[in-house]
Amino acid sequence: MQGGQKSTGKRIIITVVGQDRIGIIAGVTNVLADARINILDISQTIMQEFFTMILVADMTESTVELGELKERLAKKGEELGVQILAQHEDAFRYMHRI
Amino acid sequence: MFSLQEILETITMIQEENLDIRTITLGINIRDCCHPDPAVAQRQIYDKITRLARNLVRVGGEIEDEYGIPIVNKRIAVTPISMVAEASDTEDYVDFARTLDRAAAAVGVNFIGGFSALVEKGMTRGDRRLLDSIPRALAETERVCSSVNVASTRAGVNMEAVAELGEIIVETAQLTAERDGLGCAKLAVFANAPGDNPFMAGAFHGIGEPEAVINVGVSGPGVVKRAVEAAGDVDLGQLAEIIKKTAFKITRMGELVGREAARRLGVPFGIVDLSLAPTPAVGDSVAEVLEAMGLERCGTHGTTAALALLNDAVKKGGAMASSAVGGLSGAFIPVSEDAGMIRAVEEGALSLDKLEAMTCVCSVGLDMIAVPGDTPPETIAAIIADEAALGVANNKTTGVRIIPVPGKEPGDMVEFGGLLGRAPVMPVHGFASTRFIRRGGRIPAPIHSLRN
Repeated sequence: MQGGQKSTGKRIIITVVGQDRIGIIAGVTNVLADARINILDISQTIMQEFFTMILVADMTESTVELGELKERLAKKGEELGVQILAQHEDAFRYMHRI
Repeated sequence: MFSLQEILETITMIQEENLDIRTITLGINIRDCCHPDPAVAQRQIYDKITRLARNLVRVGGEIEDEYGIPIVNKRIAVTPISMVAEASDTEDYVDFARTLDRAAAAVGVNFIGGFSALVEKGMTRGDRRLLDSIPRALAETERVCSSVNVASTRAGVNMEAVAELGEIIVETAQLTAERDGLGCAKLAVFANAPGDNPFMAGAFHGIGEPEAVINVGVSGPGVVKRAVEAAGDVDLGQLAEIIKKTAFKITRMGELVGREAARRLGVPFGIVDLSLAPTPAVGDSVAEVLEAMGLERCGTHGTTAALALLNDAVKKGGAMASSAVGGLSGAFIPVSEDAGMIRAVEEGALSLDKLEAMTCVCSVGLDMIAVPGDTPPETIAAIIADEAALGVANNKTTGVRIIPVPGKEPGDMVEFGGLLGRAPVMPVHGFASTRFIRRGGRIPAPIHSLRN
């Protein structure tokens, strides 16, 4: 990586979108805690009547790979009736930061 | 840290506006596979491709997963086969195509490009044998793509080759008649063909390229269309700015994926091809971008101007987003692969002549055009000659991928399936070009080729 595009290593962005209900944050953060993934930042809002939450997390000490985490989150998402995505932070860094 | 808006913008682009990486294409030099015994040469080609490309599909899948961006195709381009097969003691090159087909299947890629020859100034023995083998090679293989460069700004137009390609295209259509001439969808005829184009059917590993290289093609007409729609009634200068910014963001994803793929495969990163490549999916259409700019239908008056603005803005935005830009880099206007183009043809808004005009200001040329099965080879050659002349005179790449569909007439619909889509059969001019094409020879290079 060059020109200020230093990779942020193991930071990921988790996006949760769906109908608001009790237990969404608890459900998602539990999955992360179980895998020893540290949450760096959480923000949430209601957009077009949909609950939207963004988590920035660090997988440095994670006990699972990103692929496995995505599966666990997708399963939790089904339980909660929301869509949960997890992507490496560089996907956003490349597009929005020069 | 990122704002909520930034994160949702990226996710919306991918999930709702069809932003994807159209292809990561691994270019492989196979010049070192030459051998007098064709069987030995073919074995060496197979071994080299399967060795270098064995991780391509897996690495592509990993990147898709980690960054959450779909990579639609993983493909391979090799040195033009005419140059490699020429050293072998055989006149039939179809077995080389079969070798490529098997290698592509073994590593799990859907297309492999490079059953190609560069004949803009003349043909060697190997070039001639390759051209003779094209119809059968395309009929008897699944994944092999062929391309022939028949013209360049430096050399002019090789009209002998153009005339021959007219015959080859008709023969290929006939050999694949039961699949509506599908073989022709795997054959591109070029002027000024680039050696680092990642898109099929025209990809080959060019002369002057390294041993192996990763080239990336991005896509995102849907994202541009949404940005144009959201802009409202701004003037065209402001619209160009908006398209530039959007193209920048799209291209950054290509840059990220290209770098990562190259790093993980241990080969150099070549270029990002800044093309707007449509797919048959609704909303993923270049024609719809032009319509969003304010044209009732793509193909009406003003279409060429709108496309020129779009193409230029995509290049300007994209060029700033990537360390190396190359390939075709511009808006593609394939008829069968673009739902908006298909509709425009069906409604009588878009003709072959207008498409030809549009190719003056965007990348490639007459792409995925279905014409009646009884179109004479000389007429097809003349269509190629027109496109080649445009490319040569304007110092740009142009190409022709045309399918004379056996047994079909104007107004019929042909289904190719998958990314190749469906094409309405378009009428061609009935007046003959035969005498002009049969003159043969070469159209000399234009005066502006003398640049030294």
